[in-house]
Amino acid sequence: MGEENNLKKVIVIKNLTKKFNDFTAVDKISFDVGEGEVFAFLGPNGAGKTTTIRILTTLLRPTNGDVRINGFDPLYQQDEVRESFGIVFQDSSLDEELTAKENMDFHGVLYKIPNDIREKRVQDLLETVDLWDRKDAFVKTFSGGMRRRLEIARALLHHPKIFFMDEPTLGLDAQTRNKIWERILELNHKYKTTIFFTTHYLEEAEKMAGRIAIIDKGRIVALGSVDELKNQTNTSTLEEAYLSLTGKDIRDENLSSLERMRMHLRNRRKR
Amino acid sequence: MWNVLYVMWVRQIKRYWRSKARIIGSIGQPLLFLLAMGFGLGPVFERAGKGNYITFLAPGVMGQAILFMAIFNGVELIWDRQFGFLKETLVAPVPRFQIVLGRVLGGATIATLQGLIVFVLTLFVGFKPQNLLLLPLAVVLMFLIALFYTSLGTAIASLMEDFHGFQLIMNFLVMPTFFLSGALFPLESAPSVLKSISRVNPLTYGVDGLREIFSGVIQIDLANNTLLLTICSLLLLMICSYLFSKIEA
Repeated sequence: MGEENNLKKVIVIKNLTKKFNDFTAVDKISFDVGEGEVFAFLGPNGAGKTTTIRILTTLLRPTNGDVRINGFDPLYQQDEVRESFGIVFQDSSLDEELTAKENMDFHGVLYKIPNDIREKRVQDLLETVDLWDRKDAFVKTFSGGMRRRLEIARALLHHPKIFFMDEPTLGLDAQTRNKIWERILELNHKYKTTIFFTTHYLEEAEKMAGRIAIIDKGRIVALGSVDELKNQTNTSTLEEAYLSLTGKDIRDENLSSLERMRMHLRNRRKR
Repeated sequence: MWNVLYVMWVRQIKRYWRSKARIIGSIGQPLLFLLAMGFGLGPVFERAGKGNYITFLAPGVMGQAILFMAIFNGVELIWDRQFGFLKETLVAPVPRFQIVLGRVLGGATIATLQGLIVFVLTLFVGFKPQNLLLLPLAVVLMFLIALFYTSLGTAIASLMEDFHGFQLIMNFLVMPTFFLSGALFPLESAPSVLKSISRVNPLTYGVDGLREIFSGVIQIDLANNTLLLTICSLLLLMICSYLFSKIEA
């Protein structure tokens, strides 16, 4: 686990816990991510990945624990934290009734990017994700891959220090996945952005991530480079290591933590 | 702050303007009220010695159009939550008060435009405003009605996770608000229970104010109506802003 020691920590998590009523979605997890790292956060369905990302990105309040994003506290320094990261959510968060460029401009205004700089960056990023020639097309006419590429471009518009991606390539074909990752790594090199992503494609994590954390039932069960995880479990592939750490049971039988979160919010409002 | 308000406002306007079906669809109901009730009940109204029914009804139908569009614009927040766009605004490094204010102002502007469209329609069915120079005053009042109900819709939508409660809002909030506002019938001859309910209904004051401006039929003082609507709108905007700031996604 040596790589992160030399890097400035941009994500620091200590004993983070999140409970929804009596269900513990995230259970005292702790780890750090260094500046410029490509970090994969893996786990079965309902393991607590999305809940963790929502806490790190100020969308949810933790029950306990301490978090620092680029040195700021998401509970008390929300604007500073929000300026520090860009995010691609699991589901699309684009406005389909706006054009690609309008979605970018909207984001630029919210992040207070001056007009002249914004114009230049929008063109640069849309060219990078091969969407400049479709800048005036409505998002509702875009394919899944185009939407994903647009979301990635939009999330990078304000040059975030940290880039969260919750299953960025879910449901995309292999060609689109490759192209998206090519662009992400290009941007990672260009802007030294820290990449924090979740995925169910283990070969993707194996290929892209410098370090991997595996979460299961709300707890971190392993943390390290791909080789370290393989050595730790005496296996030859990441998939074998992953299955050895998380078991082979299908997890969809229970409510995922996201569904629990929604139920919790609904019940709280009813009360 | 102004940039954020503007970008939120302009997004609402663009979405409205680009949805021609929504613009055309939303004038269907006011037209139905104007034609069916206006011409159907007009002779009865006149025989009862209450004057021209279209003159009475037109401001009420404008109020109805504003009410429906404003509530709908507020509730549109649920769409944004369902389709993900809300998260984009929730993680932005700007105070949520600015986000919600921009949304509400955009929604209120659209509802006011809708009121003006219906105003133009009423002219075609025989409505004759006494003094067209008072139109800007009517627009101010329309905007206040719109502001109140867009804030109300947004406040309710901040508490809702999905569309399941939408029909509930329409049946138990919007329709009673409309029917008990004096938009369709004069309140002075209504039973005391209905009168009491209509007195706590902000739309009553909006419709009365519009009627006063357009027709000169004074029931409650215009200045009082405007002041009351302003206070109610600001209060509700604060409540709506608080509820929006508490949204977790």
